[in-house]
Amino acid sequence: MGQAITVTVNGEKRSAEVEPRLLLVHFLREKLRLTGTHIGCDTTHCGACTVLVDGTPVKSCTMLAVQADGQQVTTVEGLVAGGVLHPIQAAFKEEHGLQCGFCTPGMMLTSIALLKENQDPSDDEIRWALSGNICRCTGYMNIVKAVKSAAVQMKAAAEVPAATAAARS
Amino acid sequence: MAVETPLKGNIGDSIKRKEDDRFIRGKGNYLDDVVLPGMLHMAINRSPFAHAKIKSINTDAAQAVPGVVAVVTGELLAQHKLAWMPTLSGDTQAVLATDKVRFQGQEVACVIATDPYVARDAAGLIEVDYEVLKAVVTPQQALKSGAPLIRDEKEGQTNNHIYHWEAGDKAKTDEAFAKADKVVKLDTFYPRCHPSPLETCGIVADVNPATGHATLWMTSQAPHAHRTLFAIVAGLPEQNIRIISPDIGGGFGNKVPIYPGYVVATAASLLIGKPVKWVEDRSENLISTGFARDYYMSGELALRNDGRMLGLRVKMLSDNGAFYADAQPTKFRAGLFHIVTGSYDLPAAHVVTDGAYTNKAPGGVAYRCSFRVTEASYLIERLVESAALEMNMDPTEIRLKNFIQPEQFPYMSATGFEYDSGNYPRAMQLALDKLGYKELRKEQAEKRKKGELMGIGVASFTEVVGAGPGKHYDIAGLRMFDSAELRVHPTGKAILKLGVKSQGQGHETTFAQIVTEELGIPAADIEVQEGDTDNTPYGLGTYASRSTPVGGAATAMVSRKLRDKAKKIAAHLLEASEADIEFDHGKFFVRGSPSKSKTIQDVAFAAYTNLPDGLEAGLEGVTYYDPPNMTFPFGTYLVVVDIDRGTGQVKVRRMVAVDDCGVRINPMVVEGQIHGGLTEGFGIAFMELITFDEEGNCLGSNFTDYLLPTSWETPKFEMGETVTPSPHHPIGAKGVGESATVGSPAAFVNAVIDAVGHLGIRNIDMPVTSDKVWAALNEKGAAE
Amino acid sequence: MLPAPFEYHAPRSVDEALDLLDQFGDEGKVLAGGQSLIPLLKLRFASPGHLVDINTIKDLDFIEERDGTLRIGPLFRHKAAERSSLLASRYHVMADAAPQIADPIIRNRGTIAGSVAHADPSGDWGTVLLAMDADLILRSKKGTRTVKARDFFSGPFSTALEPTEILSEIRIPAAKPMTGGSYLKLERKVGDFATVAVAVHLVMDDGKVGSAGIGLTAVGPQNLKAEKAEASLKGARLDDAAIKQAAALAAEAADPKADHRGSVEYKRNVVRVFTERGLKRAYERARGGG
Ligand SMILES: Cc1cc2nc3c(=O)[nH]c(=O)nc-3n(C[C@H](O)[C@H](O)[C@H](O)COP(=O)(O)OP(=O)(O)OC[C@H]3O[C@@H](n4cnc5c(N)ncnc54)[C@H](O)[C@@H]3O)c2cc1C
Ligand code: FES
Ligand code: FES
Repeated sequence: MGQAITVTVNGEKRSAEVEPRLLLVHFLREKLRLTGTHIGCDTTHCGACTVLVDGTPVKSCTMLAVQADGQQVTTVEGLVAGGVLHPIQAAFKEEHGLQCGFCTPGMMLTSIALLKENQDPSDDEIRWALSGNICRCTGYMNIVKAVKSAAVQMKAAAEVPAATAAARS
Repeated sequence: MAVETPLKGNIGDSIKRKEDDRFIRGKGNYLDDVVLPGMLHMAINRSPFAHAKIKSINTDAAQAVPGVVAVVTGELLAQHKLAWMPTLSGDTQAVLATDKVRFQGQEVACVIATDPYVARDAAGLIEVDYEVLKAVVTPQQALKSGAPLIRDEKEGQTNNHIYHWEAGDKAKTDEAFAKADKVVKLDTFYPRCHPSPLETCGIVADVNPATGHATLWMTSQAPHAHRTLFAIVAGLPEQNIRIISPDIGGGFGNKVPIYPGYVVATAASLLIGKPVKWVEDRSENLISTGFARDYYMSGELALRNDGRMLGLRVKMLSDNGAFYADAQPTKFRAGLFHIVTGSYDLPAAHVVTDGAYTNKAPGGVAYRCSFRVTEASYLIERLVESAALEMNMDPTEIRLKNFIQPEQFPYMSATGFEYDSGNYPRAMQLALDKLGYKELRKEQAEKRKKGELMGIGVASFTEVVGAGPGKHYDIAGLRMFDSAELRVHPTGKAILKLGVKSQGQGHETTFAQIVTEELGIPAADIEVQEGDTDNTPYGLGTYASRSTPVGGAATAMVSRKLRDKAKKIAAHLLEASEADIEFDHGKFFVRGSPSKSKTIQDVAFAAYTNLPDGLEAGLEGVTYYDPPNMTFPFGTYLVVVDIDRGTGQVKVRRMVAVDDCGVRINPMVVEGQIHGGLTEGFGIAFMELITFDEEGNCLGSNFTDYLLPTSWETPKFEMGETVTPSPHHPIGAKGVGESATVGSPAAFVNAVIDAVGHLGIRNIDMPVTSDKVWAALNEKGAAE
Repeated sequence: MLPAPFEYHAPRSVDEALDLLDQFGDEGKVLAGGQSLIPLLKLRFASPGHLVDINTIKDLDFIEERDGTLRIGPLFRHKAAERSSLLASRYHVMADAAPQIADPIIRNRGTIAGSVAHADPSGDWGTVLLAMDADLILRSKKGTRTVKARDFFSGPFSTALEPTEILSEIRIPAAKPMTGGSYLKLERKVGDFATVAVAVHLVMDDGKVGSAGIGLTAVGPQNLKAEKAEASLKGARLDDAAIKQAAALAAEAADPKADHRGSVEYKRNVVRVFTERGLKRAYERARGGG
């Protein structure tokens, strides 16, 4: 019954033989032991399971592992690059955007996708983009703050190399 | 460039949270992340009916599924005397049903298998033959004569009545009502809702049959108490049980009780000899574990013509479901509901409560609340709103007129609480100023002329939190103290071990700050440990906002204990008399010459290397703190709403929250707690609901129907604070985890009623949904 | 909540998919965005033997205006609709509806065609297509047929689709000048299905209503087309009286059930209110405003 799949998870090719009914979230959690992706519901409402599939936020409890064959998946474990926190991670801590931490991985991944499209989102744009991720603890105020602050950091970081390049030429 | 000195983490410093480092990396260790070698998985077969006799259970098909290791039924448990277990309110609850099922979703049989998918496949193949009985779905039905008897297995139980409990003084209250110019009455229902933390409940039970040691990873807000209860229920020697409560994905009261799944998984692990994991799915969480509220309340307020309150009469009927499993102190059958006099100087009050069994899930947990304080606060704040409307007074004016005044503290309430401290008018004034109350009242008047509906809601709540004192408050007989053990190592770094258990509140940071304040060790050098019964001192756990009032006090006290010893060592090092040693923020010095000093780190090193004669080595200690009284956080919340007359939709335009929780250890964390509580209060007021149809089918069994607010609906909060320290708490803190859930539902509903009160509408029960608002408007001919 | 076992197929072409569906008959199911089907599998409300995933087929994700027709492919997702400048400028009813479907993450995967095929009476896209008088192209191994949206739905979760067919294209008459639309939805929170929603698609012609399409969500056994209300507007001047009359007729066409979201009377009233507001908004937009 098993079906062979190869998924690039956090930049690494991972192959496995899986049952077609295996949900992507269980593939990540059980087969790859990437437990940062959480499960909070069974009706596709909470977004605790959100991962990026080819850069797009997807509820991994509502996608089959076999459907991810040949695709790029990013989980929370893939956010630290070269030992450095992603700006969204740093901002969530800095602005107290998390309490129990259960929704946090999903919140951060959705936020990253938002910031890729919109470098300078308003409060309402952030609230709108995050409305598929439920948080029971924070009341969202500080999550919004964190995303805004990450946006500022990321813009500044993007401008520095550009400025350096301009100075050189 | 100026270099900022990093905050050391004293009280009042908003230092960043330590626990975040693992959470933001996806490296938390939640229950479902625990994997043991050879671990099996459990799935539960549940009753589809609310009330039915079990005629037979056939497990053959389930047993035959490849990968199934065992199927556990109530009958099997009965052989081990485990078919029933005690509840936290002294009742019994079925672990797996043997005779009949008493609510929809009740646990009937369990499958243990090698794979969770297989366990689920097989659980669906268990055939149960039921004879359906008539279901009882409200406490009013339950108490009618001739109602089907739900607890027929209970000796001496001849009807569905559970308890009768009273507080206050009836005669004095009757007298007050006889003298009243006006009596205002409100009947209201606080519906059933559910804490619904984002992580559901679960267990990994690992019992070693050879040694008899049981290691239980559990989503537990109270690991020590749970260990004792497990020892009693399962008859295991307590020293052989180790409960580890790992990172918890939110609790809000849901993770206080012991659930049947925990017991079965543990029994199964014992019988099979392998670890067994059980993690609820969301619908199991909503239909079977700790619900909250479900109180039918009727309040009457006796008033003088000038608006002065003379007395309060309250009747309450609770729906406790099929088993009386409220998590609450033993003496108090309706929790601390008798705090219902709220923030008001009420000379007389009388509270009468009764509870009934129904064919609904058991629970009665305090959803982000200190044992029914939420229901009480809601009733009084809603009743005062009614009184203001009836007396034609501004809702702030009637409150100001009746507040307990700052100079009246400590204040003995008519139902027997000694309020420790407060300044209610100050908190209200700050909230009104922040909101711009007067301007908004003008706007409201203008709008009303145009037929537009706008409302301003006020709620001035008072909570009672931080149980003990142990002589009055206990859980299942265990006195409600709490503990802290502090070990300062030779290099001046410390480990703090606590009897409480964080579920997101940030204990690893804030409790370290208490030590920083008391001993001067930077918070970064203090590791806080909780949740492992083998490694932490006994405590009653985290719920009812008790961590800071009790566990926090224990932390301050143990720090002071060590400081006293450290003084002796410092005196030795400074070659001075102990009486001349002063301490200030981590430094010991001889009075009058602060330049010559020893740091706490120096002293810690000396505690292991250079001691005065006769002094024991080490710098460690443990304190069990039994609070002399509870603490009484308070505040005023203001809400502005606009209502669409065509659809009945309510839009929250603004919300101002002024909280007084005494001294704030970490203001950033305190604000976060309030934001979260306000959001849950908003959810309860407008959307969260577990209800049942006539046959007892649960409507609200997953997030399609049990609605949780998202970032989009949730209002933006404007915050304010006043600080009235608790006079009896070592650092003046009061606890803040629940104030916002307690205070805010009434503020939201009062705002809606304020918008429509002039039409003669006095009540709309929660959740205040658009259809209910429209129906109320329509009845008064005011809908579009 | 975990699905029961099934077999999974990832065809590379529509023909291959149609072969598979033909082979499996009742046991086969198309998997598009999976945002309705996978939840059903998890709850075990559906347990087909075979899933035929069309996500692996190229060129099904399209939207284009050609020969007087707007054509939408089976993998055109809610999110693409939400972002489409074409829809925002000329097909307001669709642009309004898109961001109100489910939540932002679900919209990344769910498709318009999948919604329509799923035929949830509380789903939004069917209503929109009814208001726009869309044609649905159904393809099987045996051939292709065209079904009008109004003939497509036949009750809760049931449609004219045969298990061997794929909804291969949605065709909508291209918007004429002076077209305006709106979609008003009453939901309890983001991620909730509609309690009531009303779609309006209005084409003005020389100051009068050329045609008016009105669709109703969640107030009947399937998405409804308020035909009497539509007829009452045809050729009329869109004044308050005409709007009121059409709204009353739409409310009459609604056939809601009382439930925990509200009474029959309440839902009918929201239909009336939303039809009025929706017509006004659509009119405004047809004239180049809003
Ligand atoms: C929490 C939640 C909230 C939601 N809220 C809303 C809402 O507010 N409004 C709304 O309209 N929808 C809502 N949805 C449903 C969502 O819009 C789905 O995306 C949609 O209903 C189905 O589209 P899909 O592409 O995901 O189809 P799938 O789930 O893949 O398929 C659904 C059904 O259609 C069939 N099917 C799919 N594509 C085709 C095709 N091309 N030909 C033949 N058959 C096909 C499948 O076999 C299956 O039976 C919600 C879903 C969730 C989980
Ligand atoms: S687990 Fe809740 S949406 Fe995936
Ligand atoms: S931080 Fe607990 S759910 Fe968001």
